[in-house]
Amino acid sequence: MTQRITVHDPRGYPPKVVGKRLSPRLSSLDGKTVYLVDCLFDNSAVFMDQLQQWFGEHLPAVDARIIRPKETWADDPEMRAAIVADGDAAILGIGL
Amino acid sequence: MAVHTQRFARLCNATALSMGMPRLRQAYTPHPVVDQSAAHLRGYIEGNDAISGRPFMQEVLDGLTVPLEDADLQGLSFERTTPRLIEPDTEDTLQRLFEENRWTDMLPIVLPTEARVAAMLRGTSHPPDTIVGRLRPTVFREAWEFTVEKVAVNAVMAGARPEYFPVILALAASGVTARSSSTTSFAAIPVINGPIRDELAMNSGIGVMGPYNHANATIGRAYGLLSQNLQGGSVPNESYMGSQGNWYAYTAVIPEAEERSPWQPLHVQKGFKPADSVASIFFGGWYTHAGYGPRATWQEKLRHALAAVEQYSPPLFVMDPIAARGFVDLGFDTKEKLIAWCADNARLTAREYWDNQAIQLLRPKAVAGVEPYASRLKADPDEVITIYEPSEINIVVAGGETQGAWKMISGALRATVSIDAWR
Repeated sequence: MTQRITVHDPRGYPPKVVGKRLSPRLSSLDGKTVYLVDCLFDNSAVFMDQLQQWFGEHLPAVDARIIRPKETWADDPEMRAAIVADGDAAILGIGL
Repeated sequence: MAVHTQRFARLCNATALSMGMPRLRQAYTPHPVVDQSAAHLRGYIEGNDAISGRPFMQEVLDGLTVPLEDADLQGLSFERTTPRLIEPDTEDTLQRLFEENRWTDMLPIVLPTEARVAAMLRGTSHPPDTIVGRLRPTVFREAWEFTVEKVAVNAVMAGARPEYFPVILALAASGVTARSSSTTSFAAIPVINGPIRDELAMNSGIGVMGPYNHANATIGRAYGLLSQNLQGGSVPNESYMGSQGNWYAYTAVIPEAEERSPWQPLHVQKGFKPADSVASIFFGGWYTHAGYGPRATWQEKLRHALAAVEQYSPPLFVMDPIAARGFVDLGFDTKEKLIAWCADNARLTAREYWDNQAIQLLRPKAVAGVEPYASRLKADPDEVITIYEPSEINIVVAGGETQGAWKMISGALRATVSIDAWR
């Protein structure tokens, strides 16, 4: 009979997952300000420009504004505060 | 809501789950966005979501306006645990289990039995339950925590010996993962300095970067295994996105040949004492250039090599002692003098410099006036600019003196950590 052995699990310890509720959705985008958050990856600016144009052509009642964080890969509290102060919704994108 | 390209769908879902928002609204375009024209990207916007098949903009608009359900308002909280031991089984079955769970580097491992792990733990004075640190595949992912015992488990798997354990603990404690999830396929390359090299009979001589020394090979392998397992995985499409992967990720450790070097050792350059044992971790491994000399045309050759680097990842020069002494003969009696020459001669036109995916990530700093990026951005496209600061370039001496060889390896110094602290 082949011997059975006991071995250690090699994985580390994951943190507890803490649920976060999603923010309420808007009933309509008419008259609302939607921030298009350019995450600063290469060419995401071009994508966001096109997205802004799409809103202008198809949903002109939406004020779609492009906004950018100060740095790549870093939280920008000022940018977030600006979105909270003036915006109704945000679309983040887009990488690679 | 967030929009991504389809190649990141599994990663995005896994990240949203670990952030407690498994129902986060996300929409997906085809891949890639990089290098695509405005018209092509407009086609993505006007086309279908690459995952759901519904119109992309309908996904976006629904994501912003369709009322939430109860589950959206609660989020999802849960505990996850990993056991200390695995159910007993045969060696063959356990080898297969480790491989199927992607706990290996796809080479056979030494199974971490209780006896082997206990023996490894005798390689340090630190208790098994001491928290060593936390690691994660990239900055936006959750960080997992780990103990001395968990590091020992991975050290055993790599085939390391207990006397190597302080080096492995120092690498684990550095906070620098050797299994970055970046699409650019980073590897981590530690340089080892100080007395520990001799204590472990590490090889800084002939074949230093090859498969010829037990400590070199298994310490590097342990660093990779511990990174992937202690950070919660390195699984393609979920927690690993490196498009081409990286051979250096199997094992890559360079002990510096301090005694045969004409220059100050790396760890002393970084503020440690010569008698300290230290690991310096370089993050890169994208490119490797090679050469010999210095011969009569050394300046031209080095300029060519420096112009051919991937400019986001600065060079780590690994120089055989013969080559190092040759540079001393040319007047470079310190590493700093040769580094200054390299920084002054690593040049591209501004057009070439900025025409680079990774360098584009630095543009916001340039726009914000941060130097040297601001000056590089202001330069005329055809103006030749320097691309590295001296502080970004490093030199180590290693090799067996059978050839006056040098290698220029992509590597940004991310951390310099004490090994003695983990004895």
